[in-house]
Amino acid sequence: MTRSLVSVPPTARRGEIVDIRAMIAHPMETGYRMGPNGAEIPRHIITRLVCTYGGAEVFSAEFFPAVSANPFVAFSLIAAESGTVAFEWTDDEGQTETASAEIVVS
Amino acid sequence: MAAGAGVALASPAVRAQAAPRVVVIGGGFGGASLARALKREDPGIAVALIEPSGHYTACPLSNAVIAGMREMKAQHFGYAGIEDDGIVHIQQKAVRVEPDQRRVVLADEVRLSYDRLVVAPGIDLNFEAIPGYDEAATQLMPHAWKAGEQTLLLRRQLEAMEDGGLVVISAPANPFRCPPGPYERASLIAHYLKTHKPRSKILILDAKDAFSKQRLFEAGWGALYPGMIEWVGLSFGGAVTGVDAGTRTLRTEFGEHRAAVANIIPPQRAGAIAALAGVADRTGWCPIDPVTFESRLVPDIHVIGDAAIGGAMPKSAFTANAQAKACASAVIALLRGRDPGEPKLINTCYSLLAPDYGISIAGVYTPQNGLLAEVDGAGGTSPLDAPAAVRAEEAAYGEAWFETITTEAFG
Repeated sequence: MTRSLVSVPPTARRGEIVDIRAMIAHPMETGYRMGPNGAEIPRHIITRLVCTYGGAEVFSAEFFPAVSANPFVAFSLIAAESGTVAFEWTDDEGQTETASAEIVVS
Repeated sequence: MAAGAGVALASPAVRAQAAPRVVVIGGGFGGASLARALKREDPGIAVALIEPSGHYTACPLSNAVIAGMREMKAQHFGYAGIEDDGIVHIQQKAVRVEPDQRRVVLADEVRLSYDRLVVAPGIDLNFEAIPGYDEAATQLMPHAWKAGEQTLLLRRQLEAMEDGGLVVISAPANPFRCPPGPYERASLIAHYLKTHKPRSKILILDAKDAFSKQRLFEAGWGALYPGMIEWVGLSFGGAVTGVDAGTRTLRTEFGEHRAAVANIIPPQRAGAIAALAGVADRTGWCPIDPVTFESRLVPDIHVIGDAAIGGAMPKSAFTANAQAKACASAVIALLRGRDPGEPKLINTCYSLLAPDYGISIAGVYTPQNGLLAEVDGAGGTSPLDAPAAVRAEEAAYGEAWFETITTEAFG
């Protein structure tokens, strides 16, 4: 549905705390605005971001209309073992956007 | 030259009868235009211009120098015209201001008294803003955001680059000097590369999501340089968070880019003397009264040009010149005990996308709620759809404007 960017370090030591960053291009239309013709602009926001690591959910966030356009999320993880860090954003219309990155833990 | 400085301590009664003294710091478009406007409007005022350099190197059109379309000497302007007007050019650096005594201290400790001081120092580059980008790094990754040796360094790097190289330009968040400048630069570098190194590419990493004349630039890039210029805005990870000058690497939140030529345009702030004089606030820029350009922080000191917080007015040579004339009138009114009138200011920025392809943006500004606000419907940009002849005309207007403004500022 759109474009996303994620940053996961490609390698880490076991037990290391690593920074994860994720951003998605999205208008985050609040539903409170009126268009030029006076008609309400329907709400269209990302409602949820879920991040899994090695298949298990490690982070999730719910978004609301007050969240800005192109929401940017940063958090940290403990690098436990090599695996896939996957992201899934879901919007009001039920559409999803996914991204993933591999991390090698030694 | 500094003979007048010795009489600094004359009593107020004597001073009141003497010619009012205005000291101007900075001989760029703002300071030079202001000094001349003062003398022209009121020859009875004694005007001293403090500027350490023997000549000024103009930034407008310096992107054409980078692209090899123009020689550097066409950007140089001396101060002879200003001296002919009866303005004293003091070729020294101002190192301090003593606002309580209304004195400027020069590098050789000579003190100059003023009734009104005008500070027009332009910009300083903020070398704390991007980790890894300090003064030394500018020799490897030039900013070329103050015209001079840096302009020529960037040109030489482009000339030395092999065909197929990646040129990366890092553009800062607002406010900064010359809002369309990074995009004009990308255009003219593309013109050079298309002619000499057609397999090369330009990547613009931007710390903001929109830029001046964006639609016009993007349409022009599509027409003139298809596939050559890529722009990455803030929301797509465009903000540069660090650089490694040795390897010409730029880091963002989401990746790294290794450049053959890297042009880092870092965040900026008012020239150093503004902070030393106490007229710059925590933003690094100078809050002013939009009617008189008097500092909101220190009385009897006015700030014009790039250093001032101009509200909606962009930081440009045109703006500095317009503010200089308005400020000169206000300073004269204040010195002569009259009421300064409300100014109406105009700015126009021409940008070149190719030697015969120009676009422009214009705006009209008046004081409103303590800031300079844009007058709705008074300005505008070049049409998005225009025949080549219109673009060629605008390119010529841009050059004519440069002739006009440099003649007005420097003679």
